[in-house]
Amino acid sequence: MKPSLFKKLLVTLIAWGAALLMFFPILWMLLSGFKTEIDAVTTPPLLLFEPTLENYEAVHQRANYINSATNSVLISIGATLLALGLSIPAAYALAFFPSKRTRGTLLWMLSTKMLPPVGVLVPVYILFRDLDLLDTRIGLIIIYALINLPIVVWLLYTFYKEVPKEILEAGRMDGARPRQELLYLLMPLAAPGTASTALLSIILCWNEAFWSLNLTTSDAAPLTAFIASFSAPEGLFWAKLSAASTMAIAPILIFGWLSQRQLVRGLTFGAVK
Amino acid sequence: MATVTLQRISKSFGDVEVIKGVDLEIEDRGFVVFVGPSGCGKSTLLRLIAGLEEITRGELLIDGQRVNDVPPDKRGLAMVFQSYALYPHMTVADNMSFSLRLAGVSRAERDKKVREAARILQLESLLERKPRELSGGQRQRVAIGRAIVRNPKVFLFDEPLSNLDAGLRVQMRIEIARLHESLNTTMIYVTHDQVEAMTLADKIVVLRDGAIEQVGTPLELYQRPRNLFVAGFIGSPAMNLLPARVKAASQSGVIIALPGAGELELPDRSNNLKPDEPVTLGIRPEHLHLSQPGQFHGEVIVAERLGSETYLYIQIDDGKRITIETRGDSAARIHDRVGVEVDGRNCHLFNSSGEAI
Repeated sequence: MKPSLFKKLLVTLIAWGAALLMFFPILWMLLSGFKTEIDAVTTPPLLLFEPTLENYEAVHQRANYINSATNSVLISIGATLLALGLSIPAAYALAFFPSKRTRGTLLWMLSTKMLPPVGVLVPVYILFRDLDLLDTRIGLIIIYALINLPIVVWLLYTFYKEVPKEILEAGRMDGARPRQELLYLLMPLAAPGTASTALLSIILCWNEAFWSLNLTTSDAAPLTAFIASFSAPEGLFWAKLSAASTMAIAPILIFGWLSQRQLVRGLTFGAVK
Repeated sequence: MATVTLQRISKSFGDVEVIKGVDLEIEDRGFVVFVGPSGCGKSTLLRLIAGLEEITRGELLIDGQRVNDVPPDKRGLAMVFQSYALYPHMTVADNMSFSLRLAGVSRAERDKKVREAARILQLESLLERKPRELSGGQRQRVAIGRAIVRNPKVFLFDEPLSNLDAGLRVQMRIEIARLHESLNTTMIYVTHDQVEAMTLADKIVVLRDGAIEQVGTPLELYQRPRNLFVAGFIGSPAMNLLPARVKAASQSGVIIALPGAGELELPDRSNNLKPDEPVTLGIRPEHLHLSQPGQFHGEVIVAERLGSETYLYIQIDDGKRITIETRGDSAARIHDRVGVEVDGRNCHLFNSSGEAI
């Protein structure tokens, strides 16, 4: 049965409504960044205003955007590579050499994501302090890789499950050792899935704020800490905060936009085959 | 030279024993087919030989050497999988030369071997294609080519034709038979299709529930099945199996009472049957003839005309159904009442525990 025009309209309206609702805060932030501080806090909110770049100037003078952005890029990519390096062998083992405990292991890994991070803040902080990892990029790379590890293993595991095991067995008959199986067969075959996983991991790392705020001060501070520095002691400056936020999320937004086809394909892989 | 010897091979998955102490001797250059219904363990047995599964108990010898703990590629075997298992991201040429690449063979040598295999299998024009650009039959040939390139002592085939359509299957069957002839190596072949088994094998191994039921040449199995299972499994259409009772038995022969009213003498059959003992009578469709009166009477319910012969399915009077083979131009039609005659010399007899007498 074909859906009626009314139904189609309704669905379209709901979809647009939901999309706008989700996009509105971002739009508002974008607009506020171009307002004066006074315009930004006026009630009722102003829709028409005279745009200004003074916030961007101020933000630029007060904090080192380039430094934070570089940190974000290095940390996100570094953590993703580290997580992939650990997860690929793990997912390979789980997917192709299942045992009675495979399911339990997977669930256990996921269950660590249910723990509120603040619960381990103090021990992690003390560990970082004693290991001289506070305010270092390598410290954040390690903690980001670890917090994303369960998700990365899970995603890779589902992608690897889709690879017929006979192909790897044929490789084994042809003389492939596990390392060659991974390198020549599994990785090329699961490349789209691995790419989606890496993209998701980069985005999650980019947006992570809890650990970056608590474990960095300035040297290794990524963009999330950069944003937060504008909500601090002198009070809230909405317009400057908005400008800073816009600058912080712009790269990942553009990155996400460019890679969305890959992301959607990867994340719905298997579900719509 | 390659003989494969299985000595009391067992395989368990957890508590479930799927292969139960198999003893088998596979001669050099033989074509051995493992056949049996699904779940009988034939594929597992092949995978044990290949080294893809670990042997739980027993010894596996190739050319007299124990290979239980030798990795698959070092056993000198090559395997063709049911799903072909080609590497989808590699060209046909790369698929075939992958094993050589892993073994560190030079490019020139690899090319030479791939070209040689491609020539044998008529794949020369497809070498640069990816597997997804090939038809099922071509993929199958690439999978065989990948095995040939390794120049193995033993070829293993795991239901290689079951993904092909009927016409192609017959064609590939002939190709595999010719390949065996020209390569002159040992081949072990797994199938559930007894026609494939009959046509390809030097020696058939019939398996059920992880154990060997009978080993023999195709004709031995056909003419002298050791038990009811083999009798029912080998032959198409299947052997007619009818319950009967011993009427009189002596060292020289048996007279049995047929369902319905007739009786049948099976001469020259040494036995220790006792009167009134239940037995099963087995008769191949080609050993039954239309005849009036005959030992059986019934109604034709289906007539399958294949051209060269006709199979008649007859509901006999006590409710059992039998199949008979008649001439292609048989005049019998559906709903005809017919009589069927059988010659006791061509019949098989099985005792109550299913063993042939």
